[in-house]
Amino acid sequence: MTTISRRTVLQGMGVSALATALSGLPVLAQDRTAIRIGYAVPKTGANAAGAGISTIPNYLLWVDDVNKAGGLELSKLGVPLPLEVVEYDDRSSSEELVRAVERLATQDNADFILPSWGTGPNLASGPTFDRFGYPQLGATAVTDMAPDLVKRWKHSFWLLGGGHDYANALVQLLVKQREAGTINNKVAIASVADGFGIDLSKAATPSFTEAGFELVYDKTYPLGTSDFAPIINEVSGLGVDTFVAFSYPPDTFALTQQSVVANFSPKVFYLGVGTAFPIYPGIAGPNHDGVMGVGGIDPDSEKLAAYFERHTALNGQAPDSWASAITYASLEMLQQAIERVGDIDREAITAELSSGEFDTVIGKVKLVDNQLRSLWTVGQWQGGKFVGLAHTERDGSRDPVVPKPVWVAA
Amino acid sequence: MMKLVFALAALAALALVPAFAGPYPLGLGIGILGYGVLATAWAMFSGPTRYISLATVAFFGLGAYTVAVLADMLPYPLVLLVAAFVGLVVALIVGLATLRLAGIYFVIFTFGLTELVRQLVTYYEVNVTRTLGRYVFLPLGPEHIYWQLLALLAATLAIAFWVSRARIGLALRVIGDDPVVASHLGIRITRTKLTLFSISCVIMTLAGAIQAPRWTYIEPSIVFNPTTSFLVVIMALLGGPNRLFGPLLGAVPLFLLFEWLSANFPNHYSIILGLLFIAIVFVLPNGVLAAGDSLWSRLTRREARP
Repeated sequence: MTTISRRTVLQGMGVSALATALSGLPVLAQDRTAIRIGYAVPKTGANAAGAGISTIPNYLLWVDDVNKAGGLELSKLGVPLPLEVVEYDDRSSSEELVRAVERLATQDNADFILPSWGTGPNLASGPTFDRFGYPQLGATAVTDMAPDLVKRWKHSFWLLGGGHDYANALVQLLVKQREAGTINNKVAIASVADGFGIDLSKAATPSFTEAGFELVYDKTYPLGTSDFAPIINEVSGLGVDTFVAFSYPPDTFALTQQSVVANFSPKVFYLGVGTAFPIYPGIAGPNHDGVMGVGGIDPDSEKLAAYFERHTALNGQAPDSWASAITYASLEMLQQAIERVGDIDREAITAELSSGEFDTVIGKVKLVDNQLRSLWTVGQWQGGKFVGLAHTERDGSRDPVVPKPVWVAA
Repeated sequence: MMKLVFALAALAALALVPAFAGPYPLGLGIGILGYGVLATAWAMFSGPTRYISLATVAFFGLGAYTVAVLADMLPYPLVLLVAAFVGLVVALIVGLATLRLAGIYFVIFTFGLTELVRQLVTYYEVNVTRTLGRYVFLPLGPEHIYWQLLALLAATLAIAFWVSRARIGLALRVIGDDPVVASHLGIRITRTKLTLFSISCVIMTLAGAIQAPRWTYIEPSIVFNPTTSFLVVIMALLGGPNRLFGPLLGAVPLFLLFEWLSANFPNHYSIILGLLFIAIVFVLPNGVLAAGDSLWSRLTRREARP
């Protein structure tokens, strides 16, 4: 019996040793023909929809842009090198992701590894990126833990802020509206009982109360809820001018439709993830105008407009107006850091990412303690664009439209 | 005696693997050991009784969550102890309530149990603690997780070996064959089933607890992933759930196959996996070992003929 176990294990080791031998041949600098970019992203499973909008199209676009321009200029090697891609499906599983990153680092000898989509996966793969010394550009992770994480993992970068950033910005914006007399003091909050909803409502509830708002409704709904009639019916009788939902994409769409059906049209209608998606105007029809949500873009930036065009031309869909541009900007930062260092020296490139200033589609970027602190926090659909109303460092690109236009019956 | 020496030697050899293996083979080793433990523990109860349980990940997830909640408050060995205790209590409650169910009802119940536990954890986190994601920062590297899983696997195999030799194992096989006969023989059906079910569940809980530090961040959707339950069943069935090393023999090749598929066919993984499952159920309904045996006996019988 014991021999079976030993033989089995030896077989296992044999297979993995073979895999190592086949794919693990070292790449020498002088016979380099490409820079190898690896990533494991959720192509299937619960995270596939989010990754399919914010992450994968931007990875494809960046590789396409760089290769069309002739590759990356590496001064120390003296030749421009094109990018080649190794991609895996992490199947929305943290365990798969960790192993895929290990595989990319040790079997595929990827020169750089791009992160997966979402907060959980970025945290789960953080220790692995750090152990192998790969810079990790967390462009789709929202976490208030970022200041602690950068101390723990020196190679990690957190580019999408934390729950407090978004919640506080919304409250500040609403305080101004209340002072101007456009909205009353009553607020209703519905949050999805999952990571994003809980993080934001945990930050928003005390913030609203401190600002003197009356929270007449503050409840969560389970992940996967599809019937929002009870919530909307209850809230519509409470006399609120402000409705806030820290929701996920399917809920964001369903809440919009249910509010239109129930003719519940508050002066401020704010939704969570999905509001900034390019498909939102298609789903909400004419009623998308005036809806607020997380994120936003600068509608006057020519660079960003050019990026939107290139993205649409390559992927057949526009980017979203929250994490997409930041994801692409993180890749531009990586590219500029690589070219400044002029070699595949990941430690030097990580240091450059930390301290350098970069020219990107979202403007000039300089990280503070490995975090992007220059973020659009509240956006609103105006004239077909999801414009930024509030920013952590600069003024809003447009003034908020409050009250929003009344719903048009579909 | 020879066998014991052999087993210890094999264990020692496997314990030395982290000293030689790189990070990726070590990651594979952790995956293999993790599934090996789950499949062996699953087969310990479900093999002889033929109760197909889909609740594996409910206990696995409970273990992971216990670690996430208590890691900062208690020393690590104590956390594992608490995790085992939580697994035991839940197994007893669940077992008392459901082990009278049989056949398809039991399957459906165990599947529902996973969702129930997941929703309860979510409800508690959302309404009481108001944190959904939890962070596990323990100073445990992959090699520590590997060693712990190896120890757990050795313990699981030892228990499974003991069960197969002891009266309780025999009693369980009788129950699996015919519960009416078993009760006429004076076997305490519920108590026997409950004991084995609890042991098996505690092991699954520990497997989850040990692997939690590998993920850093834990959410109900991450640790209560129903796919794990299905994979464990298919691994145990492939190897043969009624033999000591059967589940392990299913777990090792299947895990390596999954890994090979996801590395080489990232876009067709699910399709190939589905076809494979169908093939296993059709071609090898009793597992590889049983198929090997019957092939062997057929060959020897043919040779024996003049």
